[in-house]
Amino acid sequence: MLVGGCERVVIDIAGFPVGLGTTDRPLARSLQDRYRHFLTSHSSLAADFVIDVVADPPCGENAELDVRVDGSTWRMTRGDFDASWNAASGCGRIRQTRNPYSTDSVLRIVHSVLLSRERGLLVHASSLVLEERAFLFTGPSGSGKTTIASLAPSAAVLLTDEISCVRSTPRGWLAYGTPFAGELGTSGTRVAAPLAGIFRLEQGAANRILEMPQAHAVRTLMRNILFFGTSAGAGSLAAWHPDTLRGHVLDTACSLAADVPVSTLTFRKESGVWDLIDRHVPGLVRA
Amino acid sequence: MSEIDQQHEIYIAREERLAARRVAGEMVILSADDSSLYVLNELGALLWEAADGATPLREIVRRVICEEYEVDQETGLRDAESFVRQLAEHGVLRVGNAPGAGER
Repeated sequence: MLVGGCERVVIDIAGFPVGLGTTDRPLARSLQDRYRHFLTSHSSLAADFVIDVVADPPCGENAELDVRVDGSTWRMTRGDFDASWNAASGCGRIRQTRNPYSTDSVLRIVHSVLLSRERGLLVHASSLVLEERAFLFTGPSGSGKTTIASLAPSAAVLLTDEISCVRSTPRGWLAYGTPFAGELGTSGTRVAAPLAGIFRLEQGAANRILEMPQAHAVRTLMRNILFFGTSAGAGSLAAWHPDTLRGHVLDTACSLAADVPVSTLTFRKESGVWDLIDRHVPGLVRA
Repeated sequence: MSEIDQQHEIYIAREERLAARRVAGEMVILSADDSSLYVLNELGALLWEAADGATPLREIVRRVICEEYEVDQETGLRDAESFVRQLAEHGVLRVGNAPGAGER
């Protein structure tokens, strides 16, 4: 959409529409293509950004990610972008080079914040839907998140191979597709499905599933949840303060671990692992 | 952490900027400063909940540990002291010789 010389796209991830507007047409085209499965026409936005494209990295080539919060204003910087966002009003601005990955990084942070207030989480995990049930696979880099997705039956729908989104809803816990891509480099699918199981991946000589005690499950989830932000002052009463939101995240992780089975899945690289998942999760009918 | 005098009463208080939740009998504690996560077992969770900064550790041990776990006072207090010092080193508890446990 072209508004006053500004190309604008609205991206809906897990029910949070976020607007991105820029006068830089090449970037606008890149964003439209990157998020094409997640575009929406919603006008009531959870966040709305204006993107200014600059020639050189605004924060120096190699600066690492830094997220600081002052009141309800979130400042997010890295070598390739400098963004600020007033979480209370929803309005924000991004200065970045013409690289859609910069915008993508800001979106990940913003969605982690938005979700944290609505019993939702972004998790460093791949996730798939098979026969209307979602499975989430988490673990450190190299544990096999992309591999397990590539071994899935052909009927499985990829929600993401990198950053999964889960929310507690009146229908129970749902996993949502996200456009946040990892090694596969392909966007997830914009669907949602009831979350049937969460697996922490380990590669081993044989396939095996071992359910975790709840506190262990919470620890596993917390280690893999995306949450950013530091603040100089304590602010456990301020709605958008990272301490407040971190408490929400912990509450959500505890609820999730209580409601959805979390297990360690040791597997080797062969498709038989999905037979094991099939047998482990009641009600999943083999295709 | 200030120097603790073994001859006097010990008081323990929960550090600020921590979020703690009971999960299936255990206590999950999250630090706001560095997002470190600690999981205390059932006994640790009881000590954590009793760490009000006002009750001497000796009294907490007598009431919470000795009665619940049938441990003698001397053994219970020795183990509890060791445990709370470890938590203090991780910035989870404050330990001191006065009520408030060195309140900030």
